Amino acid sequence: MAKQLLKGNHAIALATLEAGVDAFFGYPITPQNEIPEYLSEILPANGKVFLQAESEVAAINMVYGAAGAGKRVMTSSSSVGIALKQEGISYLAGAELPCLIVSVMRGGPGLGGIQPSQQDYFQATRGGGNGDYRVIVLAPESIQETIDYIKIGFDLADIYANPVMILIDGLIGQMMESVELGRPVPPRQLPAKDFTTIGTAYHTGRRIVNSLYLDPFSLEQHNIKMKAKYDLVVKNEVRYEMINMDNPDYVIVAYGSSARICRSAIESLKQVGINIGMLRPISLWPFPKAAFKELPASTKGLLVVEMSQGQMIDDVEIANKGRLPIAFYGRSGGIVIDPSEVHEAILNFEKLVRHD
Amino acid sequence: MIKYQKTSGLTEKNTHYCPGCTHGLLHKLVAEVLEELKILPNTVGVASVGCSVYAYDYFNCDMQQAAHGRACAVATGIKRVLPDRVVFTYQGDGDLASIGIAETIHAANRGENITVIFANNAIYGMTGGQMAPTSLKGQITTTSSLGRDPLTQGYPIKVSEMLAQLNGPSYIERVSLTTPLNVKKAKASIKKAFTYQLEGRGFSMIEVLSSCPVNWGMSPQESLMWIDKEMTKVFPLGVFKDVKDE
Repeated sequence: MAKQLLKGNHAIALATLEAGVDAFFGYPITPQNEIPEYLSEILPANGKVFLQAESEVAAINMVYGAAGAGKRVMTSSSSVGIALKQEGISYLAGAELPCLIVSVMRGGPGLGGIQPSQQDYFQATRGGGNGDYRVIVLAPESIQETIDYIKIGFDLADIYANPVMILIDGLIGQMMESVELGRPVPPRQLPAKDFTTIGTAYHTGRRIVNSLYLDPFSLEQHNIKMKAKYDLVVKNEVRYEMINMDNPDYVIVAYGSSARICRSAIESLKQVGINIGMLRPISLWPFPKAAFKELPASTKGLLVVEMSQGQMIDDVEIANKGRLPIAFYGRSGGIVIDPSEVHEAILNFEKLVRHD
Repeated sequence: MIKYQKTSGLTEKNTHYCPGCTHGLLHKLVAEVLEELKILPNTVGVASVGCSVYAYDYFNCDMQQAAHGRACAVATGIKRVLPDRVVFTYQGDGDLASIGIAETIHAANRGENITVIFANNAIYGMTGGQMAPTSLKGQITTTSSLGRDPLTQGYPIKVSEMLAQLNGPSYIERVSLTTPLNVKKAKASIKKAFTYQLEGRGFSMIEVLSSCPVNWGMSPQESLMWIDKEMTKVFPLGVFKDVKDE
């Protein structure tokens, strides 16, 4: 397909249709509004369902209903709105229902701000819903990668019968780039949906979509079954990119927009004779822990760069297992990091090393 | 000759409802209607949180269990993607009128083509008898031990009257199950609500005044009398909205 100049949120809306979405339920919130705005036209015109819910809470529960009815279904929101969806996400995970959630991060906490941030790493990877559950979180760094991951995300949701989140920030949502829609992604074998409540006329037996197990032994068995599923995700679905790993002096760890910005800093540092590599996690859960073992021996330390006061750094510390010194550079509240700041941060690595 | 047999709309599972509670009877009426309209295999029900949480074990059709208060949103999700199926929710007053009032109002206002069975027993049954949004003035509950005081605890919320103000709903009626005649009328109303859904008329709700002898501290018979004498003063029976009249 030909390249087009598209705004991130517009591209996401178009990619959603390409990925075979059946229904979208959402609620307005900046900076993701163009997604529902475009979908409100695109989906009904293509015989699909678009519904603006009365709240994020209602939207995610509509997603639950439609997912339980076997459809490819999604919602999109931003920080404050994702907070409201957490209960529903826990129910979706508990009932083992697939869905795609696009989260376009803005500054927080509370009402925060509307400018881009990465302050919802914890919210995405740890979640605020109750119980032992996980959400597969994918964090692309460009509009092209985002739309590629829409299809991948839907497939992963179906394969693991679990919510999948595409985690980007307002920068990717709001900027324009040249992108190609409908790029092929690796084909996956999708399981038959044998859980769907569509009326007993359409299948044998009676089906129940449910997350209630009042008997503790049954609930523990359910927890163990889900854990086994999550172990498979960790085994099969870790995604990351290693950049410039030819004898780096330091390695930057950054995801999403921050990683994109760090690419420029890597170039400017090369000009002054400092060789920097980058480990870019794409799946934030499962986090690419094993990749940290493969870092070149030349690596003197890790610089974690985030548009937050430090959230992913917790996972980096877990993965690093105390091997290398870890420094941190972050801006937050809607401030986008300038490549020159990352350049400076590498020059001041020792000062930025975090000590417990 | 068989004069009466158990409806195929209910499973073989024994219900967990307390003696004298009208949930069981209400389940039977809904199930009989689904059977008589021959829509059981085409129906997806939504259970809520509260005493009726296990409704998914009792109705003999596909069921989803919704988060507290979200049954109308879940039902909306199902109905929008499966518009040719029959979708209903079964909710109590805590679920529907308190935590889920927003979802209820907006589903009604959109005219979602679903049927809501609303069991109003003026108390939180499952959690042990706390004050509900529908508890009567002066009603003693575990969180209003001196009786509900409207000055600090508000007034019983009249959901049927409220929703009848909206353009979306097609049929709204309040019924009770206190006498054989009332039971018969209630079943006819439930049938009408599902029929309206089948005709694509939009949101229908039957509010059923229900008893909770255990948490009310009354015998089953006293409970039915209390519904007739006290509850109906605040929650009068009748049709509040019928698009056929418009």
